[in-house]
Amino acid sequence: MSTLTSASNHSGQAESGANVMTFDADDAMVKKFILASLTFGLVGMLVGVILALQLAFWPANLDLPWTTFGRLRPLHTNAVIFAFTGNFIFAAIYYSLPRLTKTPMWNQTLSQIHFWGWQAIIVSAAITLPLGFTQTHEYAELIWPIDIAIALVWVVFAINFFGTIATRKVKHMYVAIWFYMSMVITITVLHIFNNLALPATLTRSYPIYSGMTDALVQWWYGHNAVGFLLTTPILGIMYYFLPKSVNRPVYSYRLSIIHFWALVFIYIWAGPHHLLYSGLPDWAQTVGSIFSIMLIAPSWGGMLNGLLTLRGAWDRLRTDPIVKFWAVAVSFYGMSTFEGPMMSLRSVNSLSHYTDWTIGHVHGGALGWVGMAAFACFYYIVPRVWKTTLHSMGLATAHFWLATVGIVLYIVAMWASGITQGLMWRAVDEGGQLQYANFMDTVLQLMPFYWIRLVGGLMYLSGLLVMLYNIGRTIQTSGSAVVAAPPAAFAK
Amino acid sequence: MSTEPTDKAKFDGAPATPPNDSWHRRLMEGRAGLFALMTTVGVSIGGIVEIIPMYSIAAGPEQMAEVTPYSPLEVAGRDIYSREGCVQCHSQMVRPFRAETMRYGTWSRAGEYTFDRPFLLGSRRIGPDLHRIGGKYPNAWHYEHMRDPRSTSAGSIMPPYSWLHKDTYTVADVTASVVALQTLGVPYTDEEVANVGASIKAQADAIVADLATAGIQTEPDKEIIALTAYLQRLGRDGSAAVKAREAAAPTPL
Repeated sequence: MSTLTSASNHSGQAESGANVMTFDADDAMVKKFILASLTFGLVGMLVGVILALQLAFWPANLDLPWTTFGRLRPLHTNAVIFAFTGNFIFAAIYYSLPRLTKTPMWNQTLSQIHFWGWQAIIVSAAITLPLGFTQTHEYAELIWPIDIAIALVWVVFAINFFGTIATRKVKHMYVAIWFYMSMVITITVLHIFNNLALPATLTRSYPIYSGMTDALVQWWYGHNAVGFLLTTPILGIMYYFLPKSVNRPVYSYRLSIIHFWALVFIYIWAGPHHLLYSGLPDWAQTVGSIFSIMLIAPSWGGMLNGLLTLRGAWDRLRTDPIVKFWAVAVSFYGMSTFEGPMMSLRSVNSLSHYTDWTIGHVHGGALGWVGMAAFACFYYIVPRVWKTTLHSMGLATAHFWLATVGIVLYIVAMWASGITQGLMWRAVDEGGQLQYANFMDTVLQLMPFYWIRLVGGLMYLSGLLVMLYNIGRTIQTSGSAVVAAPPAAFAK
Repeated sequence: MSTEPTDKAKFDGAPATPPNDSWHRRLMEGRAGLFALMTTVGVSIGGIVEIIPMYSIAAGPEQMAEVTPYSPLEVAGRDIYSREGCVQCHSQMVRPFRAETMRYGTWSRAGEYTFDRPFLLGSRRIGPDLHRIGGKYPNAWHYEHMRDPRSTSAGSIMPPYSWLHKDTYTVADVTASVVALQTLGVPYTDEEVANVGASIKAQADAIVADLATAGIQTEPDKEIIALTAYLQRLGRDGSAAVKAREAAAPTPL
């Protein structure tokens, strides 16, 4: 179990009157989750770069069943969402929850089962997806035996999470915990109901829903996996780590209440915007669009609360890479949560749907918001749990610029590609006939954008490699900074 | 112990001077169980309101009597389509726009997907929509297209799927799929389930014979035969139903 000491050890501290608590056992879990996130982040982003190359240069499919785009794309999405982001979220929760509740995680055995179970799931996903074992539902491709394992490991995490909250020594739950809680509850509901299926063989199953109902349930899941795995937990993380990083209080307490409950209630409704102009009943499509527009308000509530927390600390933007990462992350959150509702309007969606605009949109959220927030947290947490100082602030700044320029190249290329193809699909000549009747014309036009996207992705991946080196060198000096005040990351 | 920051030096991550008299702080933030319950209620309402009506005749998707279940060979082909991730690049949903109906054919109706488990609408068209591909090209075109996409579509960026021409499906495996689908409510009769092998043989032999007329020699148990059967089925029931209704009624469906 965790050691509670009164030593003035800054690692894992939570102030409790004159005493300082440490959470060494939980911090050991944090280390594991961070290393797992970095490892699988590298794999997931590398596969992403390979996919980008395959679209620009088809022979990169290698003429092997296991390496074709169709089988590798789910590996990329699952690795980035559940392995990179999932492990990052768990690392941040195992770090912040004990500090916010002044209580170690409820059960260390459950922590271990959670960690190793989750990694086993990721490895089994990395094996089964290239073999072609899939349910085909986007972000829910994993076959039924793995789905059962996910449910069990998630319940283990939930018990550990709520057990910690139940035994907390701080009466009022801080806003970060609300957001974490919404993830634990909602992902449970989404995962179970979207994966209800009848197995035909060990590796194949058929959903209990059919046709448009299956489509609706899947996008109820798919949209809210984005909502409650890539948004609410990251907002919770923002509410803990952003104020800590700049040593400023959160801008508005009332705003955090309003935007939390509005986000929790409204997000769930927006799934049908993935099915505009489909056979889904019109009323459901319209409800999806309306709630998507409404989502701007709570999303921007979160963005504003994050950005305005930086008030009085903007000078740090010039010197502190962690603040740079947070400022860009929160800005991309605001951009993506404006772009998404716009794409939910039927008129815009008629152009953007089925094109690379959607791919650009999701990467604005994934690379810009989730990725940059993860990097900010890693640079914050690593020196603290390894009780040292960051190896190089310069390299962290280099990482920031590589990542930022990479994202911009990626997104702009996808906007250009998506709008180009969308316009070409609908273009008619003076005689009322399709101007580009050969579909291939609309594909070949995209190749320059695909190469630019590849460059952007490579830059983002290079930034990650720079961080891996920086963190590796930092860990080598583990334990060198027993006392670190002001916070270790800023000691230089 | 106090959770309130007394001054900025001791700031512990909590918001600036949270009002202790706030109803939210008084009623919610100290009660984890109630908070979790309210969150569960909050995230449940939208899904319930949107999904439950899908099971009602009035508010749910329209049904089409002309749309019938996939044959066992087509089920095998659909499983291959899923396995290879065709859905990553090809949609199966023609939108009701003039530019789309000119390119692909009549737009997709909800009732056409009745027997689609899982649905394969797709979300990205790196290649063209396939919902009206059935009957558009001869079997030999699909055979050659999967072997070398550029032999039929100059400039294509699709990878070749040469293993489909070598690997085989098994009747036992297809039967397992058909049985599972029947259990889920797809109206296969017990007789149809018992005769999966005969049904597959008849449909596959016909495709092999047709390929032979184009000078292609292959065997009926190759995966490419099942995939071709599935692709040639796509959208045909729906198109026929739409044509029949347009012929019968003055206003189009």
